[in-house]
Amino acid sequence: MDEFLPVRGVRYVRARALDWVAEVGRVALLLRDMTRFFIAGMRSFGRVVQQMGAIGVGSLWLVIVVSLFTGAVAAVQAAYQFTSVVPMRYLGSVVLRSVIIELGPVLTGLVLSGRVGSSIAAEIGTMKVTEQIDALRAMAIHPVRYLVVPRVVASVVMLPVMTIFSDAIAIFGGWVVATTSIGMSSHTYTQSLKDFFLIKDFMSGLIKAFFFGGIIGTMGCYYGFATEGGAEGVGIATTRAVVASCVLVLISDYVLANVLFRFIFAK
Amino acid sequence: MIRIRGLRKRLGVKQVLDGVDLDIGTGETVVVMGRSGTGKSVLLRHIIGLMTPDEGSIEVEDQEITDMPERELDAVRQRFGMLFQSAALFDSLTVGENVALGLREHLRLDDVEVRRRVAERLEWVGLEGGEAMKPASLSGGMRKRVGLARALAMDPQYILYDEPTTGLDPIMADAIDQLIRSLQRRLGVTSIVVTHDMTSAYKVADRMAMLHEGRVVFTGTPGEARTTTNAVVRQFVEGSSTGPIPPL
Repeated sequence: MDEFLPVRGVRYVRARALDWVAEVGRVALLLRDMTRFFIAGMRSFGRVVQQMGAIGVGSLWLVIVVSLFTGAVAAVQAAYQFTSVVPMRYLGSVVLRSVIIELGPVLTGLVLSGRVGSSIAAEIGTMKVTEQIDALRAMAIHPVRYLVVPRVVASVVMLPVMTIFSDAIAIFGGWVVATTSIGMSSHTYTQSLKDFFLIKDFMSGLIKAFFFGGIIGTMGCYYGFATEGGAEGVGIATTRAVVASCVLVLISDYVLANVLFRFIFAK
Repeated sequence: MIRIRGLRKRLGVKQVLDGVDLDIGTGETVVVMGRSGTGKSVLLRHIIGLMTPDEGSIEVEDQEITDMPERELDAVRQRFGMLFQSAALFDSLTVGENVALGLREHLRLDDVEVRRRVAERLEWVGLEGGEAMKPASLSGGMRKRVGLARALAMDPQYILYDEPTTGLDPIMADAIDQLIRSLQRRLGVTSIVVTHDMTSAYKVADRMAMLHEGRVVFTGTPGEARTTTNAVVRQFVEGSSTGPIPPL
């Protein structure tokens, strides 16, 4: 006899909730191991630099394209909303602040969640299903020290670096639109940037990027290690890493915005 | 000396190991044979500490390793080399970097010494000068040989071979068997070879152990395996589908 539908529903929700709690616990254990092996992992600084290159150089063109058009769209939309309400000379300031506080770090975080998070999860996942992780452990090389620490550190360092690139390119995109299709002078746009630039806005974006880097690196590694089965398992792990990274980037963006602008940079 | 007593391991609903008792003497080559899925690889993974048993003990040189902390276990693992079934080479590294990895991670050797050792190990396995090759460009037999060179890099006292000839053509399989024998003679290492390839087993074994239904049901020399009256062992070594072991 079929089980009463609400009972099945409650049972399903309870099972999913337990899975979620278990997953949080496993991520916490990974973070604990990362802390334990941080210094040992950093001794192989060459591997960290190699990962920084893979993350930074490998993602640069994507970040350039996304940022250029983000800045351009920000300028077009700000100009549209300013019409008859706000003097156009403030256009640069709106592009600047929206980019350095929010669009730069968040879009870089989302782009690198896809590009870097998936790559880390796929690489470690493939290593897991082809016994390479076991081979590391059999050689007395802890996988967290050898694989996780360099990747997470590289993500944490490179996200702010990529965000600085993204900010600069997006502001340039806004300048292109402002000077070519809105009819603003280059001087007015840049003066607006100078007048409204606040170091705390810039720092808030970098702090966000720092946390996003940690999230992307950790989720990529976590789902890579959680891979089960063969090629299908690697695909599932990769998708999960990207989804989890994107969701956590957006949630942490909200949390960080509250902490930064209501407490740390409130004055 | 490796001493295994009462080793039990359940994976899901299956009792894979159900009280394994086995001794591996210093310097001998023991072949663990048995059908696919009988837990041969699981046994190897327990010996090197990649899996933890539900019950039982494994002693390596009188050191109990089953409840050993990871740090101490790593010191024991450095006395082992393991050749994985798929060779498990690190795709992102070259052949030379694969072989050198353990040396660079654990020993404070200068670069010249590391390169010398890598070249020597590759020569032992017949791949001299292959340092710059990438694992993706290697055949199955070459991958196994690189895996073996990597296992030998740290001068291990024990070498574990997980299905060393599976997936290889008979000529390459024989070359791997010869390599296992010659390394054993040259280095005097203790070897445990897991296989269901009886041709290979007879060539490399000093002693054979048959794993069946989670237990060791036979140990003896290759000669004793050929003449045993144990019906399970006879069916397996003769490769017959009729007997106490059901084919499906």
